[in-house]
Parts: sequence; C-alpha cells; structure tokens
Amino acid sequence: MTVENALDSYIDAVAKALALPLEEAWRPAVRANLEVSLRLARLVDEFPLPDETEPASVFAA
Amino acid sequence: MSTNTDGLTAQQIAQAVAGGNLSALGATEAALGRIAKRDSVLNAFTDITADRARASARAIDAAIAAGRNVGPLAGVPFAVKNLFDVKGLATRAGSKINRDLAPSPRDATLIERMEAAGAILVGALNMGEYAYDFTGENVHDGPSRNPHDPTRMTGGSSGGSGSAVGGGLVPIALGSDTNGSIRVPASFCGVFGLKPTYGRLSRARSFPFVASFDHLGPFARSTGDLALAYDAMQGPDADDAACTTRPVEPVTALLAQGISGLRIAIAGGHFQNNVFPEAVEAVARVARALEATQTVEIPEAARARAAAYVITTTEGASLHLDRLRQRPNDFDPAVRDRLIAGAMIPAPLVDRAQKFRRWYRARVLELFGTVDVILAPATPCIAPKLGQATFMLDGVELPVRANIGIHTQPISFIGLPVVAVPVPLVPMPIGVQIIAAPWREDIVLRVAHALERMGVVAAPAPRGL
Repeated sequence: MTVENALDSYIDAVAKALALPLEEAWRPAVRANLEVSLRLARLVDEFPLPDETEPASVFAA
Repeated sequence: MSTNTDGLTAQQIAQAVAGGNLSALGATEAALGRIAKRDSVLNAFTDITADRARASARAIDAAIAAGRNVGPLAGVPFAVKNLFDVKGLATRAGSKINRDLAPSPRDATLIERMEAAGAILVGALNMGEYAYDFTGENVHDGPSRNPHDPTRMTGGSSGGSGSAVGGGLVPIALGSDTNGSIRVPASFCGVFGLKPTYGRLSRARSFPFVASFDHLGPFARSTGDLALAYDAMQGPDADDAACTTRPVEPVTALLAQGISGLRIAIAGGHFQNNVFPEAVEAVARVARALEATQTVEIPEAARARAAAYVITTTEGASLHLDRLRQRPNDFDPAVRDRLIAGAMIPAPLVDRAQKFRRWYRARVLELFGTVDVILAPATPCIAPKLGQATFMLDGVELPVRANIGIHTQPISFIGLPVVAVPVPLVPMPIGVQIIAAPWREDIVLRVAHALERMGVVAAPAPRGL
C-alpha cells in the first residue's frame, strides 16, 4: 500500500471508529488538513524529551 | 448637556457622566447612533441590545441623581464578541448551530463586572465560527470589515471586536484569544488589545474552544481605557476552574510609572522569519523608541507554534464531536473539515505536544530572568484583502490563514500576558506584541502607555468610513 493510500485508509478507519460522517467531497480538504497537522505533530514528535517530563497540565487531587 | 461623544475615550465619557456634563443615556444614544450609521459598512455587530442599554443607562443616570457612586466606567458603551453569554440571547459563537440554543439565563462574568463598574452593554459582535479563525470572515453572518479599508479583513477570530473599536462605534469591546484572536484583529484594525495571563480573567459563561489556551480580554483605543476595563474585570471566580485566586492587582494607577530600569529585548529567530516589511518597520519603530537593541531567542518557538496547532485542532475536535456527527452540513465547511481532521490525530502525538509545552514553558520562564519585556510582531503582515487565500513572501506563495498567527501562537501557548500596540503606518496600521512574564500585566501596560505618550503607537481614526 502506498503512503497516500495508507492515509486514506486511516481516514476511513478513524471516521468509522468515531462514527464521524465523511462525504467524498470533503475528503480532499480533510486529508489536506490532516497532512498539515501530522507534519506539525512530527516536528514536536522528533524533539527529544526526558522520560520524566510531565505534561503541561498536572492533575491535583 | 452634550451628546457628541465621537472620539471620546472611555475615561473621558465616564468623567463627563460622573461630573454631570453628559448623561449615560446620551452616551448610549450616541453609540447606538454610530452603530446605526456605520455598521452597515463594518458588519461588526450581530446583535444590538438597545432596550437593555437604554434601561441600564437610565439606571446609571438615576443613581447619579441620587448621589450614589456609579463606578469608573459610568455610562461607557461596550460590546462583546458573540461567544459571551448575554442574558436573553442564544450564545451563537459565530455558528449557525448554536442559534438553536436556549437564550442564556445569565450574563458572562466579565459583562457583570463591566456593568458593576457602570459600563453599558450595547450589543454582541461578529466572529469567526467557533473562534477557529484568524480572518474575521464568517459564512453565516458575512465578514466583519476593516474600518481603515472595508475591502480588507479585520483579522479574527474577534473580528467584530476589532472592527467596532477601530471604527469608533464603541470605546471598549471584549474578545477572546486562544491562539491570537485578540492580538490579530487588534493589529489589523489598529487598536490596543490585551491578552492577559492565562487564568487572570474569568471565562465563566463564555463559549469555549481550547480549554487550556482560552483567554478573554479587552480592546480599546487607548492604554488608559484598556487598563480601566482590565481592572474592572479582575478577580477570582469559582465559576471558571482556571481562574486565579490571586488578589486583584490594579494597573491603572501604575501606568504613568514609566519604564526606567526595564530590560527590553527584541524576539529573534522565528519572530524575524516570514515577515513583511511593514511588520519589520513596526517592531523597529517600537524598539527604537524604547532604546531596545538586544535580541533574544525564544527557544524552539516554531515547534511551540506547531504544538499549539496540534493541541488546538484535537481539543477543538473533541469539543465539537457530537455536532460534527449530527449537523456536519450546518458548519462552515472549512471549519468542519479542519475539525474532522483534528479528530484523527493519534493520541500519543497530542500527549507529546503537552509534554513539550511544559519543557518550553520552563525555558521561556528562564529567559525572563534576563529580560523583562520581549517585543515581537503581532502579525506578519497588514490586513489582507477579504477572501485572499495566499500571499507572496520572498518569492514564495504562502497560505494566508495558516500564517496569520505564527507569531502569536508561541506566546499564548504558555499563557504570557501581551498588549498588542497599534503602529499607525499608512495606509494600514499593524500591531506589535509587548510580552512579559506571567502575571506582569502591569509591565506590558506600562510599556504600551509609554509608547503611546511618545506618539509611537496610537489607534488611528478610521480611514475607511
């Protein structure tokens, strides 16, 4: 499966799992938005952080 | 008794009302008259609460006649972005879907506080759908229009707030800022905008977007008015889980303290990339006036902007998941498609963005050990044309919408206080961010006030009306 087809399959699978409607006419824009978000998320992902790093919000009981 | 309040600041109106030289009703009628005359061009207002405003104004006038204290904003007309709950109105938040909500039973906390200080609510303001917007365009209500050139964007998402103050319809408006939605329209419309520290002002009874990024704050045409509104709205509020319990820290009396001793630096790196000459010129003018020559690097700011983008799109998707399932065709299609994509970001990437956020916060707080104020562009450009999708920068075609907020997002990501100050370039103004450490609104407002006194920043008279 090409990377392109893999992303389309992923979009279909997540839409189904979350019961989100996805008309074919919307797919190019959804896909383009997802590609931008994943590119930006990769920028964060590739930044090394210590295992002990807490997330921004810290739960207080 | 005079009723011509055109061009008067909120402070001047309040002084005139308290001193018996102007009635609150007169000030209110004057604002309603300006709205009737100019809003057909600006499209800033979605609701005009004339009956309520007149009733409130009469109550202020009666209180003055009875010798009672009426507060520092007596008779000052103001308006709010339509994501604030206004008693009796459905909180539409720029959407079609929310118009089906029941009318709000109570005003937002910040409206209550403004009115407790004597201000008069005259209406609710246009905004981008569900605040997921940097343009001020809205497919349901039409775009709010720039008061200096109605063919241009106001910026968003608090577009009506920027337009109403920039166009002189009201001296004060309230808006919200999740990634730049106060600072961007302040920049494009040539007015002052305050995004306080995250948690400083209550968001109770306003429609949310991204819980850990959402801030509310004022727009005004002068630093004095900005401080007056900010002071009136401070204070803890049990109805907002993020609202601070710190005591009220008024700034109005501190504005004239000056800026001597403050260490002021210019943001480098990310904040000097992808900017048009107007933004460079605006920062240079402000820096020159403040005698700021040092440049500081906010570490990993581009990555911070990326992390803010990821968290925004996923939390936004989570907020609207049921509406996306049930009424997808009632969204602005562009907003819907962004939100559906946001629902598809894998959870580990969001968790990593939240962990990066803590790392980044610690590094930036370290930076504030060596400087007190950081200067950065509020927007990379002046207001683009309505409907404009791309712009050319250094020979590269870039999407407008995605790039408008590149300099505001890394700052709100960690909740720092900012005043966006208007540099009155011709033909279009543009803003500069004055940024300080958390809880130091006093510093950013003092610096903005000093710049205003030097004549370097000012809200220009509307040029497009």
